[in-house]
Amino acid sequence: MIKIQSITKSFHDRMILNDVSGTFEKGKPNLIIGASGTGKSVLLKCIVGLSKPDFGQVFYDGRDFYEGDRDLKIEIRREMGMLFQGGALFDSKTVEQNVMFPLDVLTKMSSEEKLDRVNFCLKRVGLENVNRKMPSEISGGMKKRVGIARAIVNNPNYLFCDEPNSGLDPQTSVLIDDLIQDISEEFDITTIVVTHDMNSVMGIGERIMFIFKGQKLWEGTKDNITHSNVKELDDFVFSNKVMSGLRGK
Amino acid sequence: MIAEIGKYFMFLGNLFVNREAFRTYYRLVMEECVSIGLGSLFLVALVATFMGAVTTVQTAFNMVSPLIPKFVISQVVREMTVLELAPTIIAIIFAGKVGSSMSGLLGTMRITEQIDALEVMGINSVSYLVLPKIIASILMYPMLVIVAGVCALLGGYIVGIFAEVITPNDYVVGLRYSFNPFTITFALIKSVVFAFLVSSISCYQGYYTHGGALEVGVSSTKAVTNSVIAILISDYLLAQLLLAQ
Repeated sequence: MIKIQSITKSFHDRMILNDVSGTFEKGKPNLIIGASGTGKSVLLKCIVGLSKPDFGQVFYDGRDFYEGDRDLKIEIRREMGMLFQGGALFDSKTVEQNVMFPLDVLTKMSSEEKLDRVNFCLKRVGLENVNRKMPSEISGGMKKRVGIARAIVNNPNYLFCDEPNSGLDPQTSVLIDDLIQDISEEFDITTIVVTHDMNSVMGIGERIMFIFKGQKLWEGTKDNITHSNVKELDDFVFSNKVMSGLRGK
Repeated sequence: MIAEIGKYFMFLGNLFVNREAFRTYYRLVMEECVSIGLGSLFLVALVATFMGAVTTVQTAFNMVSPLIPKFVISQVVREMTVLELAPTIIAIIFAGKVGSSMSGLLGTMRITEQIDALEVMGINSVSYLVLPKIIASILMYPMLVIVAGVCALLGGYIVGIFAEVITPNDYVVGLRYSFNPFTITFALIKSVVFAFLVSSISCYQGYYTHGGALEVGVSSTKAVTNSVIAILISDYLLAQLLLAQ
């Protein structure tokens, strides 16, 4: 479980996040949603430690990330996996080398063990026979899946996904969403997904946090998101024509 | 400016904290050595050969007095090559080729979140990405300087003979005449300092790239400009420290 408390962050006197608190549960995808520029990605960066908040705390199963020493930070980070918006695969490495990378650097596994683990993870995300391909030779959806395989290869306790569906067609988006949900449940991982895709929200939104102008305005599930009585959330949810049509009915 | 220098030194400090296992660095350093050393060999040899050739012709052109013996031409070529042309001019070429490439690579890694990916894995990205490049530069650049020196003297020899400005015998006599071995030591000291400056400044510029493709280009340009300035300043300081009587 990840708990955040009073996360506040400014850039050049501009408040990006204002006193955001919440809890992200284990074994299910926790969604952070909101329109572009509301601070979702900054919040995610504050949670994973890529951007230090001006104020606030992040607890990983009770361990305070920012108050801890360097060793604790490294220990927590080695329990993380992250899927970046663009995949963030290493251009100079093959798919296999990309997925194997955390094992190469962070473990003392033998070559056979590493290869087995890589093949298991690639198979788990539905990719086979792409081991020797370079990232430039595979599609956007495949890159995302390789990114997920790399994120889970080291058996993480925490999985972070930054806009996993951006730039993907609806079918591939659903596939990626389902994969994130399945992996979270199967491996009992605390997963945080940042998205503004309503299809994802309605598909895997078992726990949702809505951010508006840097503040948490609402928290709930996909079942009660359509009748939240929060105007800003309604505006966001029903800006989608399909959702708008549903409200009409 | 002062803040930037402070940030640069903090960046250097980060090279040595939270390092990975030795075997990781060994492999990375070897890969960088091949890329930096072999990758630059042709250009360095080409530039140095022509540099030596042109220096020979121009020195001969300026030797108008019949009282000055011909071997002075190769003596001048030797001193210029060893003291300045091989370590310093090749360092500027090195900054343009290797420095801009390092900066471009790290800049691209930064804007495509590859550096963030390393950090999230708990890997010190500065140490993992930059330290091998600096070590490989320090190992390979002095070797490139030696190659450049040999190529320049060889270029001067070939052109001197073909252009009939000096005989082979005079050229060799000039190379050996009044030779001070310390000039070689001085050139190698300079090459180590220049390699460190070029690689660290270029990596620094690339590592802190923000934005998109445009900024990657800006970082590469800055990397070369700042490296050249650092080379020239340190060249003067080293000459003053090590050669001044």
